[in-house]
Amino acid sequence: MALLTLSDITVRFGDRVALDAVDLEIAEHETVCVLGPSGSGKSTLLRVVAGLTPPDGGRVLLEGADQSGVPVHRRGVGLMFQDHQLFPQRDVGGNVAFGLRMRGVPRAERTGRVAESLDLVGLQGAERRAVAELSGGEQQRVALARALAPRPRLLMLDEPLGQLDRGLRERLVVELRGLFGRLGTTVLAVTHDQGEAFALADRVVVMRDGRVAQTGTPVAVWQRPASAFVARFLGFDNVVDATVGGDAADTVWGRIPVPEGSARGERSVLVRPAGVRLVAPGEGLRCTVEARTFRGSRVAVLLRPDGPSGGGPVLEAECGLRDAPRQGAVVGVVFAAEDVVVLPDRDTRLRRPS
Amino acid sequence: MDLTRSEVAPTPGAGTGATDGAANGPGTGARGRAGRANAVRLALMALPVAFFAVFFAYPVAAIVGRGLKADGVWRFGRVGDVLSRPDILDVLWFTTWQAFASTALTLLIALPGAYVFARFDFPGRQFLRAVVTVPFVLPTVVVGTAFLALLGRGGPLDELWGVRLDTTVWAILLAHVFFNYAVVVRTVGGLWAQLDPRQEEAARVLGAGRLMAWWRVTLPALAPAVAAAALMVFLFTFTSFGVVQILGGPAYSTLEVEIYRQTAQLLDLPTAAVLTLVQFAAVGGVLAVHAWTVRRREGALRLVDPALTARRPRGAGQWALLGAVLGTVLLLVLLPLGVLVERSLDVPGGYGFGFYRALGSVEASGGTFLVPPLEAVWNSLRYALVATAVALVVGGLAAAALTRRAGRLVRGFDALLMLPLGVSAVTVGFGFLITLDKPPLDLRASWILVPLAQALVGVPFVVRTMLPVLRAVDGRLREAAAVLGASPLRVWREVDLPLVRRASLVAAGFAFAVSLGEFGATVFIARPDRPTLPVAVARLLGRPGELNYGQAMALSTVLMVVCAVSLLALERIRTDRSGEF
Repeated sequence: MALLTLSDITVRFGDRVALDAVDLEIAEHETVCVLGPSGSGKSTLLRVVAGLTPPDGGRVLLEGADQSGVPVHRRGVGLMFQDHQLFPQRDVGGNVAFGLRMRGVPRAERTGRVAESLDLVGLQGAERRAVAELSGGEQQRVALARALAPRPRLLMLDEPLGQLDRGLRERLVVELRGLFGRLGTTVLAVTHDQGEAFALADRVVVMRDGRVAQTGTPVAVWQRPASAFVARFLGFDNVVDATVGGDAADTVWGRIPVPEGSARGERSVLVRPAGVRLVAPGEGLRCTVEARTFRGSRVAVLLRPDGPSGGGPVLEAECGLRDAPRQGAVVGVVFAAEDVVVLPDRDTRLRRPS
Repeated sequence: MDLTRSEVAPTPGAGTGATDGAANGPGTGARGRAGRANAVRLALMALPVAFFAVFFAYPVAAIVGRGLKADGVWRFGRVGDVLSRPDILDVLWFTTWQAFASTALTLLIALPGAYVFARFDFPGRQFLRAVVTVPFVLPTVVVGTAFLALLGRGGPLDELWGVRLDTTVWAILLAHVFFNYAVVVRTVGGLWAQLDPRQEEAARVLGAGRLMAWWRVTLPALAPAVAAAALMVFLFTFTSFGVVQILGGPAYSTLEVEIYRQTAQLLDLPTAAVLTLVQFAAVGGVLAVHAWTVRRREGALRLVDPALTARRPRGAGQWALLGAVLGTVLLLVLLPLGVLVERSLDVPGGYGFGFYRALGSVEASGGTFLVPPLEAVWNSLRYALVATAVALVVGGLAAAALTRRAGRLVRGFDALLMLPLGVSAVTVGFGFLITLDKPPLDLRASWILVPLAQALVGVPFVVRTMLPVLRAVDGRLREAAAVLGASPLRVWREVDLPLVRRASLVAAGFAFAVSLGEFGATVFIARPDRPTLPVAVARLLGRPGELNYGQAMALSTVLMVVCAVSLLALERIRTDRSGEF
C-alpha cells in the first residue's frame, strides 16, 4: 500500500488554480522529488499534505487513511520549511526536542534522540548553541534534525538546500541520500533545481501550472522528456518545432534524423548538445560560433545558423576542450540521431531571444 | 511606498497568502477550518465582552439614562439645548484643539527620545527609561500642582527670568507632554528596539540615503506603533482632567472638567449626561478613524533581540542627539519631579522629614482620615496587583482573539476595547455606585470594586501593547510547531507566549502603573477607611494648611517612589529575559 496517496487534489486561491487535480502516490521508503519552476504549485502540494492548506477538492491519504478533518498536529508528518523557521527563543537542542516534547517523549529518551538527530546531520554537541549564531548551512541542518527527530512517517522538505552554496549543496545531497537510505525514511521533497532533484530522488515529478507534467525515474525523465516544457525546464535549449516523417524531421535547422519508431506528425524535437556534431563549413547546416562557455572538461559552443530563412534559433553544441572552434569561426553542423528525442507536442514556450 | 514596503517586508508571501486564500475559498475543508477558528475566537472573546458589558457599558448607560430620562420618558431635546450653549461650545473647541496640539508636541519631543532609548547604549539607560515612565502614573492632581509650582509664581522660571506660564495654555501643553512622554518612548521605542537594523541596511545598499531609508523602511514599520501612541496621547489629553482643573483656571476647561463640575458641583446631571455622550461620540469617532487607517498596516515584521540593536552612539551628530534627549528628560521630567520632592521636604524652618512622619499617624491629619495616610500605600499596592491580574487576563484573552486577522466584527471589538480610555472616568465611577449596589451584583461593600474599575483602564494598555507583537509573529513559526505535533493551544503556549513575554511584562507594567495612579473613578468608589494613594493626596490637597499641603507632597513622593521601584523591578526582569536568548 502506498504511504501517501493524493487523488484529484485541487487548490484555488481566488481565481488562480494552484493545484489542478493532482494525483500522486509515494511508496514506503521512496524518495520523491517534485520539480518545477516557482509558482508551479510545489510548495502548496506540501502544505496540503501537512494539512496547512485545506484542499478545495480531492483527498489526501496517509497509509490508506483519509486525512480530511485530521488537524495538522495529528498527521505525524514532518515538514522542513524553506527558510527553516527555527524558533528564535530556543537553542538548538530546544528546537530539535520540540517535536519529541509534543509527542510526550520522556526527558531521558528525548536527550538521547536529540543528540542522535544532531549527530545524523553532523552537528554533534551543538545543543546549547543559540540559533541566531548559526550559519545558513547549520540552520538548515538544525531544521532537518528537528524534522527528523520525531521520526515522522513522511518527511517533507521544501527547497531543502535552496540557500546553500554550491559545494555544500552537492555534498549535502549525497549525505541526505545516504541518510534517508539508512533510516528508511519516506521523503517528499520540493525543489526548482533539477540537479538536486536528480541526485536525491528515486522518482521525479515535474510540475507545471499546478499539474503534473511528467513522472519517472531521474534517468527516464532526463532521457525522454515528456514535453517541450519539461525539456526546456531541464535545461535543454535545442528544442524546435518539427514535422516528423519516417526517419527524419523537417525543421528550420534543416532535416534532422530521428530514432527509429519515433511518432510522426506536427511535433517538436530536442537535440541534446552532444548530438550536435561540428564538421567542415561546406557540410550540413552552416553556422557561426557566437560564444563559448567552459564547463569543466567540456565546452558549450553557441552556434548561430546562417541559413537562407534567417537560420532559426541558436544551437548549443558540446565539444571537447581541444576541438572547440574559436569565436567567430564558421562551421558546419550535422545531427546524430541517438541524441535526438521527438517530443509529443509543439514547443509552446517562447524561444530565447536569438 | 507600498512597493518599497512589500519589497523590504519579509512577508510570508505564499505562506499566509495561501492560508488566507483558502479560508475564503469554497470547499468543505476550508469552511470547516474557518468555522472552528471562529468558534475559538468567539470563546476567547466571551470573557472580555462580558467584563465590558457588566463593568463598563451598564454603569455608563445607567448614568446617561438618569440624565436624559425624566418620569420614564427620554428627553433627547436636552442634547440640542446643551449643545447650543456658547460656553459649552467653547469647552468643546478648547478640548479638541489642545488635544491635537498636545499630541503633536508630544510626538515632536518624544520620538527622538524613543529612538535614543531604543537604539543607543549608554550608562543609566534602564534607569532613565523607568524614570521617564514615572510621570505617567502620577495622579493628575499632583502633576498639576508640580507644574504650578514650577511655572507659576515663585517658581524657578519666575525667579530667574520673571517668566510665568501658569496662566497660559503652554502650562497645560507642557504638563501633557510630561505625562505622555513615556507613552511614546515605550510604545514606539519598544518596537523600534526590536526592528531588524538589516532592513534599513538593505535599503541603504539599494541606494537609499540615511534619511530616505528611515522614511521608506523604518517609519512604515513603526507606523502602527506611532499611530497607537498618538491615539493614546490624544485620548488622554482629550479627556484630561486633573491637569486642566489646576492649570486651566477659569479660562480653560476640557469636557471632563466640565462633566465633573456639572456632576459634583452644580449637580446638573442632565448636562453632565449630554457631555458624557458628546465625549463618548468624539472618542468613538477617533477610534473609528484609527481602526480604519491602521487596519492593514500591521504586517509581519522581522523582530530581533533588542540587545542586538542597541550600540554606543558614534559621531558628533549621535552624541548631540543623545545630549539633546537627556537634556529634554532633565528639564521636562526630572525638574518637575524634583520640585515635588523639594516641596515635600520643605518643612517650616528648613528642610526635614516632618511631613513624612506625619503620614504615619491618624491624629496629624486633623480628622481628614480614618486611618494613617501611609496605609494608602498598601491599599494601592494590593488594589493595583489585583487590577493588573484582571487586566492581563481580560486583555490577554482579547489580544489572543484579535491576533488572527478577521472580519469587521472583530475589528469593531478592537476599537471597543479602547473606549474606557475615552469615556469619562468620573462617569464610570459614579455609574459603579448607582448600578453595582443591588443583587445579583451587590459589590458596593466589596473591595473588588476598586480593582475592577482600575482594570477597566488597564485592559486597553494590555491589548495595545500585546497585539502588535502578536500580529508580528511570523505565521509560519506557528505552522512549523503544528507540523511538529503541537495542538493550537500548545502552539500558543510554545510559540506566541515566549515571544510576547516581553510585551506582556510591559503591558503588566502599564496596567499596574495606571491602576496605581487612577483617580477619576476611584475617588467615587474607594471606601473612606481604604483610601488609595491618589485619593489620599487629593483629600490632603483639598484641605487648607501648610501641613496638609506638605503631607500631600510627601505622599505624592511616596507614590512616585513606589512606581519607580516597581518599574525598575520590571526593567530588571526584562533584562533577565532578554539574556535568555
